[in-house]
Amino acid sequence: MTREESAYKIKSANLPVLVLHLNTTDMAALQSQLQSRIDQTPDYFDDAPLALGLEGIANSGVAPLFDELIAFMRTHEIRVVGAIGGSPEQREAAAHAGLALFPATPARPAGAPEPAPPPIDEVRQPELPGFETITPEMEVQASAASDEEPFAEDPRPPFSEARPTLVIDKPVRTGQRIYAKGADLVVLSIVNAGAELIADGDIHIYAPLRGRAIAGAQGNEGARIFVQRLEAELISIAGIFRVFEEGVPEEFRGKPAQVHLEGSRLVIQPLPQGN
Amino acid sequence: MPRIIVVTSGKGGVGKTTTSASFSSGLAMRGNKTVVIDFDVGLRNLDLIMGCERRVVYDIINVINGEVSLKQALIKDKNCDNLFILPASQTRDKDALNLEGVERILNELKESFDYIVCDSPAGIESGAFTAMYFADEALVVTNPEVSSVRDSDRILGILAAKSKRAVEGQEPIKEHLLVTRYDPKRVEAGEMLSVTDIQEILRIPLIGVIPESESVLLASNSGTPAIHQEKSDVAEAYRDVVARFMGEELPMRFLTAEKAGFFKRIFGGR
Repeated sequence: MTREESAYKIKSANLPVLVLHLNTTDMAALQSQLQSRIDQTPDYFDDAPLALGLEGIANSGVAPLFDELIAFMRTHEIRVVGAIGGSPEQREAAAHAGLALFPATPARPAGAPEPAPPPIDEVRQPELPGFETITPEMEVQASAASDEEPFAEDPRPPFSEARPTLVIDKPVRTGQRIYAKGADLVVLSIVNAGAELIADGDIHIYAPLRGRAIAGAQGNEGARIFVQRLEAELISIAGIFRVFEEGVPEEFRGKPAQVHLEGSRLVIQPLPQGN
Repeated sequence: MPRIIVVTSGKGGVGKTTTSASFSSGLAMRGNKTVVIDFDVGLRNLDLIMGCERRVVYDIINVINGEVSLKQALIKDKNCDNLFILPASQTRDKDALNLEGVERILNELKESFDYIVCDSPAGIESGAFTAMYFADEALVVTNPEVSSVRDSDRILGILAAKSKRAVEGQEPIKEHLLVTRYDPKRVEAGEMLSVTDIQEILRIPLIGVIPESESVLLASNSGTPAIHQEKSDVAEAYRDVVARFMGEELPMRFLTAEKAGFFKRIFGGR
C-alpha cells in the first residue's frame, strides 16, 4: 500500500524585505521623489519585495490610494507585498488593494529614514563600478541595518532560509566579481588581486585571498570572513571596510584568519590551525 | 578534428605575434596543415613577421564582406609548405570584424586545415574578443613582469567566462601558459618574476619558456619567424613548445642562467 506523497510543507521563515515608511499621504510628492531616486540609481530596488510602513501616517485620517501607488511601483520593478501598521481605515484600504497586513513593529525610532542615500562621509560600502559580474547580476546595495526592520523579534538578520551557499571552485581572476545574493559564499581557489567577492552572508576562502572580500553586504553585522591566507587588498563587513595599503599586518599576513565586526570596528583574529 | 588555438595576452608587446608566427610554423614543419590568422585589424603585424607583406592582396575583412573568396586571400608561407596566412586589414576599421563573419571563415577553414592559429591583438576589446571567442585552446603569452601577469589573469577570466565554450557550457578552453622574454640571470638577481611566481598567480599549466634573445629582433627584421633561426635558443624553445603541444613530454629548458664558457668569456658574443 503506497502513502500519498505530501504536496507541500509549511514552515515559518524570516525573509528579507525592504520597508518604505511613508511620511506623507501626498502621492504626487511621494511618486516624484521616488522617481528621482530611481533615476539616480535605476537598480536600487531591483524587484525587491517591499512593504509599506504606515505608522508615520497612521494619524493623518487619510488612506493613501494604494492601487495607484502599487501600480506606480510596479512600473519601476518594485513589488509591494504588504503594509505595516496604520489606522484601521488605512489597513482596510490596503487589504482591499491586495496587500498582506503586518502588525505595527514596536519601538520605531522617531522620524522614518529618508529614501535618499546616506551621506558620503559615513563609512559606507565602496561602490565598485566597471567590473563584470559572474553570478546573479546585481549591484551591491548600500544599506545599513536601520533601513530594514525585521518583522519578528528575532534580532538576527534572516538569512538561513534564503538561498543555498554559493560555492566557487575556480580561480577568481582580476576584474571578476562574485556576488552571493542572500547567501554565504565559499571559494575553494585563489582570489587574485583586483578580484572582488561579495556576499550578503559569510565568506569562506580556502585559498589565498589577494583581492577584496565584502561580507554582510546588505547590512548583516554578524557576517564573518574566514580566509586560509590573508593577503587581501580590502575587507568589509556590513559596510565597514578596511584597506591594507601597507599590506596586511605582519602578524596576520599570509596566515589563516577570521574577521568579524565589533560595533564599528573590524577585528582580525587568527583561525585555529589544524590539530 | 581541427583545433582552433588563440595566442593572446591582454598586455601588448609581450610576444603574441612572434609566438603565432613560430608556433604555426612549428606545427606546419611537423606535417600539419596550418593556417595563421591576424586579428589585429588596423595595426596588422603578422604579415611583416612572416615576411609576406608584399604579397598581401586581400585580407580577412575582404573575405568577411564577401568581396573575395577565402582561397584568394590566403597567402602561402615561403618557408613552410603546410602553412598559410590570412592577413588583417591595414586600412579598415576594427568594427568591420564581426563574430558571424569570423565563424563562417573558421568553419570553412576547418574543412582543409588541422590547426587554426589566431593571433590576437592586445587588449580586451572587440578584436581580442573575436580572436578568442571560438578557440578550443589558448596560449597565454606572459612576460615575467607584474603588469603582464595581471593582464594575463584578466584575459584568463574572460576566456573562462565569455568564450563560446564558456557561454554554451561546453568543455572549457584548454589554457597554456607561455612565458616569454625570460632572463634567468635577472630572475636569480631577484629583479624579475620567476616562472614559479607567475604560475602561483595564474595557476595554469606551463607549456614553455622562451628566453630573452636578440634573435627575435633579427627574425622580425628579416621577416622570418624565430623558429627558423638555426641554433638560436629561441628557435629551440619554440620547437619544445610545439612538441609539448603535440603531446610530447620534454623537460623545461632555459630556466637557469648559462655559465659562460671560457672562450665565450674571452671573445664575448652569443
